[in-house]
Amino acid sequence: MVPHCIVWSAIDALGPAAGGDLVAARLQMALSLGWHIVLACMGVGMPALLLIAEWRAVRRGDPDCRRLIERWARTTGVLFAVGAVSGTILSFELGLLWPGMMGLYGEVIGLPFALEGFAFFIEAIFIGIYLYTGGLLSPALRAWTLVPVAVAGVASAFFVVTANAWMNQPRGFTLDGGRITQVDPWAAMFNPATPPQTVHMILAAFMVAGFATASVYAVAMLRGRRDRYHRLGFAIPFTVAAIVTPFQILVGDLAARFLAHYQPVKLAAMEGLYRTGPDAPLTIGGFATGEGLRYGLEIPGALSILVGESTDTVVRGLSEVPPADRPPVTVVHLAFDLMVGIGFFLLALSAWFALAWWRRRDLPRSRWFPRLAALSGLAAAVAVEAGWVVTEVGRQPWIVYGVMRTADAVNPAPGLWAGFLIVSAVYVVLTVVTVYVLRRLAGGERPLAPQEPEPEPGQVPS
Amino acid sequence: MTEPAQLTLGVLWAGLTLYALFGGADFGAGLWDLLSGGSTAGLPRRRLIEHAIGSVWEANHVWLIFVIVVLWTGFPGVFAAVMSTLYIPLTLVALGVIARGAAFAFRKVGERLWERRLFGAVFALSSLFTPFFLGTVAGAIASGRVPPGLAAGDLVGSWLNPTGLLGGVLAVGVCAYLAAAYLCDDARRAGEAGLAAEFRTRALVTGVAMGVVALGGIGVLRADAPALFAGLTGRALPLVVVSALAGTAALALLWLRRFASARAASALAVTAVLWGWAVAQYPLMLPPSLGYQEAAATPAVLTATLVSVAVGAVLLVPSLVWLYYLQQRR
Repeated sequence: MVPHCIVWSAIDALGPAAGGDLVAARLQMALSLGWHIVLACMGVGMPALLLIAEWRAVRRGDPDCRRLIERWARTTGVLFAVGAVSGTILSFELGLLWPGMMGLYGEVIGLPFALEGFAFFIEAIFIGIYLYTGGLLSPALRAWTLVPVAVAGVASAFFVVTANAWMNQPRGFTLDGGRITQVDPWAAMFNPATPPQTVHMILAAFMVAGFATASVYAVAMLRGRRDRYHRLGFAIPFTVAAIVTPFQILVGDLAARFLAHYQPVKLAAMEGLYRTGPDAPLTIGGFATGEGLRYGLEIPGALSILVGESTDTVVRGLSEVPPADRPPVTVVHLAFDLMVGIGFFLLALSAWFALAWWRRRDLPRSRWFPRLAALSGLAAAVAVEAGWVVTEVGRQPWIVYGVMRTADAVNPAPGLWAGFLIVSAVYVVLTVVTVYVLRRLAGGERPLAPQEPEPEPGQVPS
Repeated sequence: MTEPAQLTLGVLWAGLTLYALFGGADFGAGLWDLLSGGSTAGLPRRRLIEHAIGSVWEANHVWLIFVIVVLWTGFPGVFAAVMSTLYIPLTLVALGVIARGAAFAFRKVGERLWERRLFGAVFALSSLFTPFFLGTVAGAIASGRVPPGLAAGDLVGSWLNPTGLLGGVLAVGVCAYLAAAYLCDDARRAGEAGLAAEFRTRALVTGVAMGVVALGGIGVLRADAPALFAGLTGRALPLVVVSALAGTAALALLWLRRFASARAASALAVTAVLWGWAVAQYPLMLPPSLGYQEAAATPAVLTATLVSVAVGAVLLVPSLVWLYYLQQRR
């Protein structure tokens, strides 16, 4: 039974598991969240891209812009519809998989979810109005209906991420003899992790939406379609993402410094740092083996400088806490390196674009630019996934940092493995179909968004 | 004086009622889609169904999310007990929601016949089993088989029992009936007299069938869930009577082709059943012993939630009215 052993040691590497069902629950949550987050990013970012295009189309009567809007609006409609269901599932799974956390702390983090519910409702209503009311509203009024969609999208992301921030920095409640006796829901929502986490995620959403949309047109340019329509379809989203990228790197730096003070164990796992002390090195790559990181590229003192602008800055290492309280180091460290690496790749690409635009008011001439830009969407999405691995796996073994262990939150019912396998199969099918449908949408055909009215038989869709 | 916990319970139940009325019709429309016939013959029916669901169907998910979030915020222990014990049917509900929503979205995008057939079949089948499993969940709670605590109840027996199955069948039937009754009105307004007549027949048949199931259900509840039976025939009897009268009136109005009034009477019948269930087991949330006051969150949380719901409603209602107004103008 060698393969079986390999599977289990691979699973053990994911963290200090308390039985197979805990691993199954964590994998199921990771899969559903990781799947939803990409759609959520598009839902937050696409309305803003549409607004910019609408603004140009309404002000200048640009026909290429009009065509882009049609395409983007339909894609947004489909992505929003699928994102609505994949998000609904998450609220189920919080209870199905983590009833131990929800039964005790559900009331502490309920408020932001209730607010998010309303924001999502507003978003759904106005996206319905925007997509559904082709001829009923004036073009300008129709464009204005995107404003509540864009605002509510950002608000949704903010509210949901405050709840995750609370899991990192639990505040606003009194626990007495295993029961919650007092709650300040606003203090729970505006916990110390809220500012860095929410800003980091919202900027990430704009990057994913911008780079992903731009990469569709980069692929088209590589295939020789370099007309104004395709160049505009590339330039609008890429500009948005390129403007956001440097700010995102600054916010990421702030988020890491925040961790140095509030969650030093997570930072230590991200950087693979074991010993507490000054002159802490920055290690790129490598694997954790027992009490140290091996085969990594070490830059002496760099971590101390990043955290406190001086090599004298003391950075706390993993050895501060007993091994049972440490997250799995290799996964967190490599995911962090991947995220940062992609961040700098996207920054370089953005700078290249900015330079060409500043000098010649045109895209960079090199063939390598559209090649790399075609990868930027996928890269941004991978960076978001890696970031979530860092924040979620880096918080282990806690589900609520310092207060409740993940093993104590999981549903004690047997058979979570079976549920995980079924859910995985459903997500595999969903992924295949979503990619297929999106390719159709990007291609020559002009299908309808689910919210749009059906054209009369025989009528050509406009 | 009404305290925050009682008010939160009322808001929760109002959310559930709206989900049953709007989301229920949505599920039912999917069922009729399944039974619409071959791809050519069924096309006008499917078009009417899509037109009716189209712009508002995502909004209907929100009622479900709203109920879940208010439940875990206002009564976290009840949420944990229900989700952990009823893990199997609720996972199936979650999968049904995913399959249904995605298939509906994709079917509109798909232009080839095989795509429309495949997505349509998934959409329609998930419209059948999602309300069924939701109904079994209702049966499990109402018959007192979900004890407080994590997965403390029987993981299978709690919902796979006579009351649970009755709940499942009733839920599917109610969805089918509501959708057929609403579609009569929609078809008439779209000027499709033929379709209106077809859905009238379907509404009458399902309506009568549901009446028979409900009558038979009395016997099931008496044997399988005596406490619920006592509540429904005791304190909740006026609401049960209202439901029966409204249901009968709705069938009579359908017969007379008064579709708009039939729609209202059907909604009243379903609302009265749901509130009858609530009154029958009040003040218990998880019969036989866990009351809502014991299960309620701290007052600060309940107040903050109620205030946000009120503020949210002020933003929502005009937006929703505008959406429905625009939809009716098409």
